[in-house]
Amino acid sequence: MNNQENLRQAYGKELLKWAKKDERIIALDADLCGSTQTVFIEKEIPQRFFEMGIAEQNMTSVAAGLALVGKIPFVNSFAVFSVGQAYNQIRQGIALPRLNVKIVGSSCGLSDFGDGATHQSIEDISIMRAIPNMTIIVPVDAIETRKVVGEVIKYKGPVYIRINRNDLPNVTKESDQFKIGKMQKITEGKDVVIFACGLMVSQSLKAREILLPQGISLRIINVSTIKPLNKEEVIKFSRDIKKVITAEENNVIGGLGGAICEALEDQEMKITRIGINDEFGQSASCYEDLIKYYHLTPEDIITKVKNLINQ
Amino acid sequence: MSTIKELEKKARIIRLGILEAIGEGQKSHIGGSMSSADLVTALYFHKMRHTHENPKDPKRDRLIFSKGHAVLAQYAALAECGYFPKEELKKTKTLGSLLQGHPEIRTPGIEANTGSLGQGLSIGLGMALGAKLDHKSYKVYVILGDGELAEGQIWEAANTASFYKVDNLIAIVDYNKLQAVGFLKKRYDLGDIRGKFNIFGWKTFEIDGHNMEEIVNTLDEIDSIKGLPSAIIAHTIKGKGISFAENNPIFHNAPLSREQIEKAKKEIQGETILEVKN
Ligand SMILES: Cc1ncc(C[n+]2csc(CCOP(=O)(O)OP(=O)(O)O)c2C)c(N)n1
Repeated sequence: MNNQENLRQAYGKELLKWAKKDERIIALDADLCGSTQTVFIEKEIPQRFFEMGIAEQNMTSVAAGLALVGKIPFVNSFAVFSVGQAYNQIRQGIALPRLNVKIVGSSCGLSDFGDGATHQSIEDISIMRAIPNMTIIVPVDAIETRKVVGEVIKYKGPVYIRINRNDLPNVTKESDQFKIGKMQKITEGKDVVIFACGLMVSQSLKAREILLPQGISLRIINVSTIKPLNKEEVIKFSRDIKKVITAEENNVIGGLGGAICEALEDQEMKITRIGINDEFGQSASCYEDLIKYYHLTPEDIITKVKNLINQ
Repeated sequence: MSTIKELEKKARIIRLGILEAIGEGQKSHIGGSMSSADLVTALYFHKMRHTHENPKDPKRDRLIFSKGHAVLAQYAALAECGYFPKEELKKTKTLGSLLQGHPEIRTPGIEANTGSLGQGLSIGLGMALGAKLDHKSYKVYVILGDGELAEGQIWEAANTASFYKVDNLIAIVDYNKLQAVGFLKKRYDLGDIRGKFNIFGWKTFEIDGHNMEEIVNTLDEIDSIKGLPSAIIAHTIKGKGISFAENNPIFHNAPLSREQIEKAKKEIQGETILEVKN
């Protein structure tokens, strides 16, 4: 888990790799290609990169049109804009007709720390979850990000991919398989099961390291496909332990935590959700300051684990 | 009333304030803040009726930075006017700061939450319509980015403003020819910006956005325009005042090293020693 890698760079390079092989792949960007890293495609295949200007709604509907004539458009911006600015274009024009558009929410969560609340997407997962036909993927690390790109190209239909701005620890292995709709057990444990996505998977692993010498072990599940959520797997991974934590860099309302609670609604289990507690972000001079402020550290997870065990 | 010379000196103080807010090693929107500095100076220190002693005075003129990322210029001006202590500038974009990465109305003197590009002109229009309803004479100035003009909402606001003959709304386009990634001409040409505002029914002006006299005269002239909104297309240079940042796309949003800050300070101060009172 030591080596860190950048997810958006992994995304940009992998998309270029696939675009070289598949002429249907198109990248659209709204004046943020340096951040989203579609700049790789722009440089090598300029004819299949479109600078759409700072006009996300138009960009999103243009992608719908491209999909209708057989292309595989990737729409790129910061998550707040690709989801928030173009919500109705996504809902009416893409999700409803199930068009083959891939929407990329870059600089997700709090990862654009300096820019503050306007640029920090704390509800994109929740918004996208509520739209029928939408698939939502949150890659956990750069290794998985590369696999996600290939898989969403093979999958026909609308997909939202949420990508962190900063380097994150690699928690998966090259040999691991990624499949849309499958979750991955990262570690076995017997006291609490944590369903986590994105940054919060590595945070959970750090919590696990600290807790092991204290005789507490965590079963950590990487839920990279938030939707469709595999209900059978959720039950399978939590049935024996019955103590569940969800952890995400998103509002505790309507995101991964909400999804897991819904999946376990008929089960007798104790569930605690960790995430952003229904408040907006803010500016900070580093990512870590925000992670601490919004209680997303390994220590915060440990507190929640102990509370749950002692209940 | 300040003379042009005094305003030019003020503009340099504002640029130094922007540097203060940028600080060392933190990614900051240098280019777009510096390009707006002269416009902001003319507004706060010449044109607008406002006072820090009563920031919520219902009669005040309002300035909205629709290109919210460049709010550092507004922060510097507000600090210089006394809306909050200058010390706050140093804390810009740190955890818990009064001065966030993008404008928020909890900061004294800030009139609207912006940062998601494209919304400021509509918000300004709402305020301008409110003034008409309340029989108040305040004006609403909105600074727009040229790249920002790609947002369709800008043109929805433009049409609505002329339809309702809102003559107390003034759009100022900080026409620095660059967006985040590069030159508009090359990446996403917006064509004849002035012509577009004309077609949408606006009275338009085209000026040098770094020529204080021109800025001041145009703002004054607009006071007498009745029955339609006005747009000033202000030709500017992104990064204006810092040689290495001028017209350099990298400095849209970049950190500065200690040496770069020192160099920038020297260039902005020039020959004259500026008295910066705290
Ligand atoms: C809706 C929206 N999309 C994207 C962004 C990200 N963004 C911030 S500044 C910027 C470029 C702005 O260019 P311009 O309006 O020309 O401003 P300036 O060059 O004066 O800084 C972009 C794309 C944003 N803030 N809002």
